[in-house]
Amino acid sequence: MSGTINFTQAYQRALYESMEADPSVIMLGEDIADEEGGGVFKVTAGLSTKFGAERVRTTPISEQAIVGAAIGASLAGMRPIAEIMLMNFITVAMDQIVNHAAKLRFMSGGQTHVPITIRTRTGAGIGAAGQHSDMLEAWFAHVAGIKVVVPSTPADAVGLLSSCIFDDDPCLFIEDSLTRTVSGPEPDPGHRLPLGKAHVDREGGDVTVIGYGRPLLDTRKIAAKLADEEGISVEIVDLRTVSPWDKETVLNSVAKTGRAVVVHEAPRSFGVGAEVAATIQEELFGQLKAPVLRATSRDVTVPFARILEQEYLYKPADIESAIKSTLK
Amino acid sequence: MTAAEHYSPSALMDVFRKALFINVVDEKMRGLLKSGGLVAVYYSPRGQEVVAAGMGVHLKPSDYLVTTYRGIHDQLAKGMPLKLLFAEYFAKVTGACKGKGGAMHITHPETGVMVTTGVVGSGLPIANGLAWATQIKKEDRVTLVTFGDGASNIGAFHEALNLASLWKLPVIFMCQNNGYGECTQYSKATPVENISERAAAYGPNLAGVTVNGNDPQAMWEASRDAVARARAGDGPTLLEAKTFRFMGHYFGDPGAYIPKDEYAAAMEKDPMPAIRQAVIESGAASEAEIKELEQEYSAQIDEALKFAADSPAPELEEISRDIYGDAA
Ligand SMILES: Cc1ncc(C[n+]2csc(CCOP(=O)(O)OP(=O)(O)O)c2C)c(N)n1
Ligand SMILES: [Mg+2]
Repeated sequence: MSGTINFTQAYQRALYESMEADPSVIMLGEDIADEEGGGVFKVTAGLSTKFGAERVRTTPISEQAIVGAAIGASLAGMRPIAEIMLMNFITVAMDQIVNHAAKLRFMSGGQTHVPITIRTRTGAGIGAAGQHSDMLEAWFAHVAGIKVVVPSTPADAVGLLSSCIFDDDPCLFIEDSLTRTVSGPEPDPGHRLPLGKAHVDREGGDVTVIGYGRPLLDTRKIAAKLADEEGISVEIVDLRTVSPWDKETVLNSVAKTGRAVVVHEAPRSFGVGAEVAATIQEELFGQLKAPVLRATSRDVTVPFARILEQEYLYKPADIESAIKSTLK
Repeated sequence: MTAAEHYSPSALMDVFRKALFINVVDEKMRGLLKSGGLVAVYYSPRGQEVVAAGMGVHLKPSDYLVTTYRGIHDQLAKGMPLKLLFAEYFAKVTGACKGKGGAMHITHPETGVMVTTGVVGSGLPIANGLAWATQIKKEDRVTLVTFGDGASNIGAFHEALNLASLWKLPVIFMCQNNGYGECTQYSKATPVENISERAAAYGPNLAGVTVNGNDPQAMWEASRDAVARARAGDGPTLLEAKTFRFMGHYFGDPGAYIPKDEYAAAMEKDPMPAIRQAVIESGAASEAEIKELEQEYSAQIDEALKFAADSPAPELEEISRDIYGDAA
């Protein structure tokens, strides 16, 4: 725990350490090798030079071919990491991910499995508009067999991405566009975090906020402020793995506080928040002191104009007012 | 066991044995479906036996196969054990996939049957990945992916051919052009005379070959060349085998969309009577010896069918197994 690192450095660190640790870790994606600049977001910079062009391959712009090649190589014992430049482009490879990566273990009766990691990036707030901003995690959370992972600190990014790479099932690791230079404490070398386990990020007694990724950066500030200014004690549960999600940790927390708010950047309808809220009321109906609320972005296409984009996005004020509403 | 360099009566006999075996299995399956002894959707390979057999004799157990719903001939030619195959068709726990994948998702890594997909064209990108792993590990292994004429019109086909050529992957793309994609005639969906012409679009690394898939010698020689090319690291081949499917898209398909004269002309070129006659003429086996072979196969098949029919169904707990590797 020496210095600090930012999110981009965290991803780089996990990739570097994993490639160093295991020669079966290989990488493919558009522009990822150093000759092409080490990736448009520079996350893979230096890797092809260090580990060779055989293991770090720039591909044509062919998302189905990228994910398919990752799947095939994984069936043959490799641990491929496929980079899909932006999450919206994943839609081009849905068949490979949903029909094949997610299901081959089950459909083969456990004879094969698909230890791939798909790294992708997304998030609204940078003016990238309708086709370069979507958080589509709920699409994948709806399919059994895939793990969906979203970090909320650089240290977690190292631990979770490393665990994805060495997990024996397909993992979708979502990186946030807006916070790539945000820093946090640096983890120890070889840091890993278990997948499928949520983390109580802040302990509190009045209300539980459940989320993952960027909105938790806002929630931490809000929780600190509410504690200072209004004496409200917020517990934050970071899912870390969106699917399969850690019901036990969430339910234990809400059983204690009796109140819950779910936050995510993705649009509200049919989102992860709906699943979490439904489960909480199914399991803890009698113990709830208030309805379970959600703070999310709106059910529209991500707009271009900044003023509209901000109107689309969840707002920290929404999180704060949802927390307070549960206490009324 | 690798085939010899030159076509000979014994090479013909190798092809014939596999083709006959496929043919007897297919007849038994159709008999069972008719009698109600098996209830399943069945995509008969009737008419395509020599395609699978002519290729299969050149493959080693360690080579990889990716095939489709119409894949029983490919799986048998690859050496997949009958009992495991049939028990899967019968949805039994003793099936290769414990009854969880079914006929469209047959998998048996021990004989190299890595993926069977029910999605048209999706096998090609995955085959690239298997071949990529082989290339990285410097293994002596080729990957065969088979698919229909209809599959050559989907994006995955083109992305996969492009990548395989670019990376010079040890893969064979075998298109079994049977004249129809479901109910649509080849010429109404595909504006090139030969699918192999499409190889030209992907550069000199990718060989494009069209062959009469009903002709054992042509099929044997073209397969030998494609396999040798892949094994030597000289690049992939798009091998188009022209053939016909006599039982329609699925067994029971009335096939009203097939013009009667086209069907009759195809029947004249039925590969099974032709190869049988060729075997007898070559002196490799007499009619009596062939009859003996048929009886031997028939007995093997009956035994495997009995095993499948007598096996138990999966227990209900099986539904929650093989979703994730680390799940309880
Ligand atoms: C992506 C996709 N679209 C449609 C289908 C439905 N479908 C199943 S088989 C088939 C025809 C495929 O024809 P072809 O590739 O020539 O193979 P054949 O059945 O003749 O062996 C279609 C359209 C499918 N399985 N997958
Ligand atoms: Mg066809």
